[in-house]
Amino acid sequence: MAGNSDLDVAYVARLARINLTVEEAKIFQKQLDEVLNYVEKLCQVDVTGVDVAAHGIPVFNVFRADAPHDWFTVEQALSNAPRQANGLFVVPKVVE
Amino acid sequence: MIGNELPALSIADLQSLLRRREVLSSEVINALRERIEAIDGDLGAYLSLDIEAAMEEAERAKVDLPLGGIPIAIKDIINVMGQPCTCASKILNGYRAPYDATVVQKLRAAGAIPFGKTNLDEFAMGSSTENSALKSTRNPWDLSRVPGGSSGGSAAAVAADEAFGALGSDTGGSIRQPAALCGVVGLKPTYGRVSRFGLVAFASSLDQVGPVTKTVRDAALIMNAIAGHDLQDSTSLNEPVPDYVANLGNDLRGVRLGVPKEYMIDGIDPQVRAAINAAVKQLNSLGAEIIKVSLPSTDYAVAVYYIIATAEASANLARFDGVRYGYRAENPKDVLDLYGRTREGGFGPEVKRRIILGTYVLSSGYYDAYYLRAQKVRELIRRDFASAFEKVDALISPTSPVVAFKLGERAADPLQMYLADIFTIAANLAGICGISIPCGFADLDGHRLPIGLQLLGRPLDEARILQIAYAYEQSTEWHKARPPIASSLPKA
Repeated sequence: MAGNSDLDVAYVARLARINLTVEEAKIFQKQLDEVLNYVEKLCQVDVTGVDVAAHGIPVFNVFRADAPHDWFTVEQALSNAPRQANGLFVVPKVVE
Repeated sequence: MIGNELPALSIADLQSLLRRREVLSSEVINALRERIEAIDGDLGAYLSLDIEAAMEEAERAKVDLPLGGIPIAIKDIINVMGQPCTCASKILNGYRAPYDATVVQKLRAAGAIPFGKTNLDEFAMGSSTENSALKSTRNPWDLSRVPGGSSGGSAAAVAADEAFGALGSDTGGSIRQPAALCGVVGLKPTYGRVSRFGLVAFASSLDQVGPVTKTVRDAALIMNAIAGHDLQDSTSLNEPVPDYVANLGNDLRGVRLGVPKEYMIDGIDPQVRAAINAAVKQLNSLGAEIIKVSLPSTDYAVAVYYIIATAEASANLARFDGVRYGYRAENPKDVLDLYGRTREGGFGPEVKRRIILGTYVLSSGYYDAYYLRAQKVRELIRRDFASAFEKVDALISPTSPVVAFKLGERAADPLQMYLADIFTIAANLAGICGISIPCGFADLDGHRLPIGLQLLGRPLDEARILQIAYAYEQSTEWHKARPPIASSLPKA
């Protein structure tokens, strides 16, 4: 259930792929309602005609040379995999 | 020089000893190891140490390089090849970095030895290091208090002479605030000055790596090594790097310093206020002109930050899904179950809260109201600084409105914790550089607790804020004070 904001913690947690206990969802709901109430103050700001800033110092069109170079081997890339087989990451079946 | 005294040295002093061959790099590593064994059980600054690897590097140290043979501690959110990189999270349990971050490569190229990984708030989300899922770090000046955060392990290690210098990362104050609370120097470079490649991303438009050191000169030495363009980071700035050490000097004549009126708010601890006022007078007596300035959008900075930082975090932390590295939930019934339970068990409460908030502010129907509006107000904050820097060379403020607080005191109330970042957050939003240096002590419950002075500079003007910080530091004694725990000798 949502609190005094539109946020429904249990629903958004599902979108974010995080399972929550009922107890956790209740605590987060209260805490995040408070944060959302606080950020409401941004509604007071007149932002008419203001362009969006993506970075403090904008940089555009960054390219590096299209040249091959050494990178991870398959072994290195898989070195931290919780499960692997045949040089691949193993995940539960996705397609029926 | 006996081993017990070595760890108290600055990087610059250690460098002279190493170059005169009066001490060997391997002896330095041993001295640090003894110091850590003696006090880190109480302090909790380090998450992991690889003495063997450090010793091997010490044996072949080239002491004539800029940081030759000098061990530098690394916040455990920066990849060091072959070492764990936990981000103080259970979700990276068992991970070992298969590569070096660019900053680590650059430190190695300068001769430094990456030595130990320091504690932090999980994924750098916090202001007290209490959000670490792995360990509790304490303030060296009073072990019942927090070291600040999120680079609390780095700041505590440097303050307690468990490290000569350290790297931290700063997304909303995470280098400067713990530096202030532990009584050391912490520099957040201009966004893009230092490569982020190999720094585990929290909020990509705000994160920067920077030094935590005992002195301003040491911060300049580390900046000389780590600053510069990197093809692996598309936001890295391709601008020349000045010699930050050569620019240090004592004369502040002609320097104009701004005191933002919005930064002298009611919530500032009276002892912090008094120390900052005294520092302003001191800078004035060194020749700097003090000018009152205004940053009208200051009051909105925390709100803007907690929308933008959480939005970026929700995207960045999507990669922790139990597939390629780290913790994975047992026996998932399908892929959604794998994601949902891995992230439930792997992330701590603050990380979950921020991912949920970030997902919400980016979601359809709320994007314009929250995220887009926050980005526009961010631009207003950037303009505030740009117009202030037309009148002054740097801005002065407290780094934190309060001194180190008690462990547990603020942990239950996220919003109150967020509001403590009020003076540091705007610099990240605007992309400018900032430094915190010791400027006094507050007396509280029979303890001396450090106070930090923050200097904010124009984009790419690190040399200037380092110079001002150096002149101030050299005219005071604050940086020479050592916390009680640093004087306790290693057990024989």
